[in-house]
Amino acid sequence: MSALLFYLFAALTLGFGLMVVTARNPVTSALSLAMSFVGLAALFISLDAYFIGTIQILVYAGAVMVLFLFIIMLLDIKAEAGRKPSTVAAVGGILLAVILALQITTIARDLTLGGNSTADVPLTLEKAGAEREAKKGLPTITNDLKAGVLPDAKLMGETLFNNYGFHLQVIGLLLLVGTVGVVVLSKREKEAAP
Amino acid sequence: MITLNHYLIVSGALFALGLAGVIARRNILIIYMCLEMMLSAANLTLVAFSRFRVTDGLPDYAAQSLVFFTITVAAAEVAVGLAIIVALYRAKQSVDVEAVSKLQG
Repeated sequence: MSALLFYLFAALTLGFGLMVVTARNPVTSALSLAMSFVGLAALFISLDAYFIGTIQILVYAGAVMVLFLFIIMLLDIKAEAGRKPSTVAAVGGILLAVILALQITTIARDLTLGGNSTADVPLTLEKAGAEREAKKGLPTITNDLKAGVLPDAKLMGETLFNNYGFHLQVIGLLLLVGTVGVVVLSKREKEAAP
Repeated sequence: MITLNHYLIVSGALFALGLAGVIARRNILIIYMCLEMMLSAANLTLVAFSRFRVTDGLPDYAAQSLVFFTITVAAAEVAVGLAIIVALYRAKQSVDVEAVSKLQG
């Protein structure tokens, strides 16, 4: 991963992020957010998180942003024509954001790990593969690792189903509750029964 | 040469942008989008730390599992939140947060 690509995608993410906040038209905001998420997914992939990068594009840039655009167009929201945002809120928001960004930058500078680049902490796939073979891990993962390939989705699935099975069921329940909740919320209230 | 700090600073800047949007904007849909941006910024931090904390020659997949759960919760949250916004629009014919000040004392 060359530095140039990092700066390109970081600029894409932050530039379109800025447009989300400043655009007057909600449709512009939504499309900018989709582009910002695509940049973020590229940053994930630059960190060897291929699976997370893929679901970032599928779930966020795909499903969530389409839902946003659908609602914006369904409600037919016009751009806030000529209305200025309240100065107190704007100044307060920018001030708070600048303070937060400064704080994070200060913390990042003092972090001992922070100076490491990905080359300093290389992934040793063949060695990990040999270790897994000794521990009798899943053969499909072991073979991929020994071939020098990072089986990202397989490792992710192994972690999720071995260590976080209960959490996975809770999240499934949450999605069910969400679905029922949305149906209840969007149902029109009937006229009071006689 | 891209270090962990680079990723953390991008993530912090994205989070700060989202925070500024949540406070400054009054369109409830855009506030929601900025919330999504803040969640994603936190995800970037998690993934960066996962890559830089190499365990047994592989990235730390516990952190990436947390990102997976965060994305799922965010998707559920968006669905419910947008349903609430639609219900709100039906009641008030507006998506401006100033229109919803009934609870103000």
